[in-house]
Amino acid sequence: MYRYDQYDQRMQQERITQFRDQTRRFLAGVLENSQFLPLRLQNGLYVQRLAPMLRVAIPYGCLSARQLRKLAHIARHYDKGYGHFSTRQNIQFNWPKLPEVPDILAELLEVEMHANQTSGNCIRNTTTDQFAGVSPHEIEDSRPWCEIIRQWSTFHPEFAHLPRKFKIAVCGTEHDQAATQVHDIGLYIVKSFTGDIGFQVLVGGGLGRTPVIGQVIRDFLPWEHLLTYLDAIVRIYNQEGRRDNKYKARIKILVKELGVDVFRAKVEAEWLHSKDGPATLTAEEFKRCKAFFVDPAYETLTDNDATFDAKQRSDIRFHNWNERNVRAHKKPGYRIVTLCLKATGSSPGDLSAEQMEFVADLADRYSFGELRVTHEQNLVLTDVKLADLPALYDALQREHLATPYTGLLNDIVCCPGGDFCSLANAKSIPIAEAIQRRFDDYDVQKKIGDITINISGCMNACGHHHVGNIGILGVDKKGEEFYQVALGGSSDRQTALGKVLGPSFAQEEMPDVIDKVLQVYLARREGNERFIDTYNRIGIEPFQEHVYAKAD
Amino acid sequence: MPRLIDTLGNVVDNAWDLLPKDATLDQAKASAAKLVIVACQLWLAEKAALLSTGKTFGVWLDSNETAGEIAGDLSLLPLVALNFPTFMDGRAYSTAALLREHYDYEGEIRAIGDVLRDQLFFMKRCGFTSFNLKDSVKLEDAQKALKDFSTTYASTVEEPVPLFRRRAM
Repeated sequence: MYRYDQYDQRMQQERITQFRDQTRRFLAGVLENSQFLPLRLQNGLYVQRLAPMLRVAIPYGCLSARQLRKLAHIARHYDKGYGHFSTRQNIQFNWPKLPEVPDILAELLEVEMHANQTSGNCIRNTTTDQFAGVSPHEIEDSRPWCEIIRQWSTFHPEFAHLPRKFKIAVCGTEHDQAATQVHDIGLYIVKSFTGDIGFQVLVGGGLGRTPVIGQVIRDFLPWEHLLTYLDAIVRIYNQEGRRDNKYKARIKILVKELGVDVFRAKVEAEWLHSKDGPATLTAEEFKRCKAFFVDPAYETLTDNDATFDAKQRSDIRFHNWNERNVRAHKKPGYRIVTLCLKATGSSPGDLSAEQMEFVADLADRYSFGELRVTHEQNLVLTDVKLADLPALYDALQREHLATPYTGLLNDIVCCPGGDFCSLANAKSIPIAEAIQRRFDDYDVQKKIGDITINISGCMNACGHHHVGNIGILGVDKKGEEFYQVALGGSSDRQTALGKVLGPSFAQEEMPDVIDKVLQVYLARREGNERFIDTYNRIGIEPFQEHVYAKAD
Repeated sequence: MPRLIDTLGNVVDNAWDLLPKDATLDQAKASAAKLVIVACQLWLAEKAALLSTGKTFGVWLDSNETAGEIAGDLSLLPLVALNFPTFMDGRAYSTAALLREHYDYEGEIRAIGDVLRDQLFFMKRCGFTSFNLKDSVKLEDAQKALKDFSTTYASTVEEPVPLFRRRAM
């Protein structure tokens, strides 16, 4: 993991001092609410329906056991004993007290964490593939590049007051697990024929009110030009992005209005001024950052283990869990383990302080103290020995963290919704729970197979409903909550936006609606087709016919 | 009268008369000051007439006007002022950086409009050299705010060498 040096440490300290003073002035009535608002947002602090909400960055999803223990401490000491992992590899605390927030930030700095730019009209936490560095199918480890971008974007003086929020994702794997194409800037790491590293650069993707898939503006950007090129893109956006209408202020609208070719020409012209200038990355800096992400002390192992095999044969629940939550690792004898935070009856992505400490202990014991946070709101232990899987499973089972549903129907991505969020039009957690209850059976889930359900409580789309195979959006109709269903979304290399099925449904209808959608899929599935494959083959009409069929 | 400070936080005399956007050529001529800041549109429309008055002119750009509009005239202008209609409108940060980096402008770049203490450090980093503080801003607070951070990660006008290169030195 990246470790702070004296500069990182000092700048973070200065930031806390600055925010402590801003908070003090606000509480003393010196700083107006409208002036304090963007300042607190850029320090992660929202004011929500019931209390403030503090969003802490987990840069590109990397988290240490020590940091997770600190988050547990914050949850217990400053909050109501739990935290919520969001779809942007952040953690949110829903009940902090405003005057205590600077103290929370100071506690975070003790473990080299922060809440910088997790909100507001600035460059947000850069996200990436949760399996970066351990996946067997990796073009290049994205973490050093994410750290380089994190530093460049942190307190960037020119880009603290952009027209709107700005999100960057980096993907270094064949199979995109970072939803790269629906980011303001998406960066695919590519290698040239000569083995040189570069980036394919996409701009103008985004979800929210107007979902758009990003478009390529450069096929191969040599790595040393990464920051000057990013500077050029964001500078064009800062100058030309719309500021007259909040809903048209994202870069996707600018790219759409100009056309991608005009936008590209502007960026390239701007870039010529800074290309090869002092902001050009150096091999030394890349080496310095890469050195923080070296392999832990892996043992030389074979890729089989008798204890594991015996447990597979004797414990069907372990077998199921292993089938869904355990993935191949780049090293023989090691596995990547996902902790699915979607136990039925608990809010998706929520973890109690006790569970955090428990997971931190497991990470120390079985995974070199390293964890990841996923944009599907789960946690990952990156480096678990095959031989340790039975013991790890038994431990997880005791704390109700062995839900075997990773990538299955019940692994629902869901925003906090109307229960917490002041932007929401509708609740989302109860919808997730009702669906989970209906299908809470491993054999049923397994029969359905790989599928993604995403739920957002409003069109701001924190639950990424546009890119769920089944996307659910809460809408408000004359003060009543209804749910619109879309099918066919996906956020991988073949990113697609879901298509609305038809008129929306009442809350209590939702499990039946999902059931009917799945009935069509199971009836029409050919071979081992995933839901999305069947959908792409047969289109939306058969689903519409069945779901809206009148009962005779 | 708003107070004017430089990048070190020193209060400096303001000899410039800042004319509003709708000011006419006659009003510019009638200004009692020798140094006059006119809006971009007046400058572009009446450049020759303004210069013939013998006064020295600066130009102010609103946040929707770009550095490119006065690029050809920068050698005539010892001062460019950039307006923040609201502190949330961040276009002028890029405009200042463009004036310095693209057009090698070496004159004074003054922040005007909604100039509050919490943005001063960022403005300074982007190439602003003077700040017309809003009345509500206390002088000593502004002086402190200019030193909110000891450095910046990214390459900026004030320190073009980014931190990663300075780290390696």
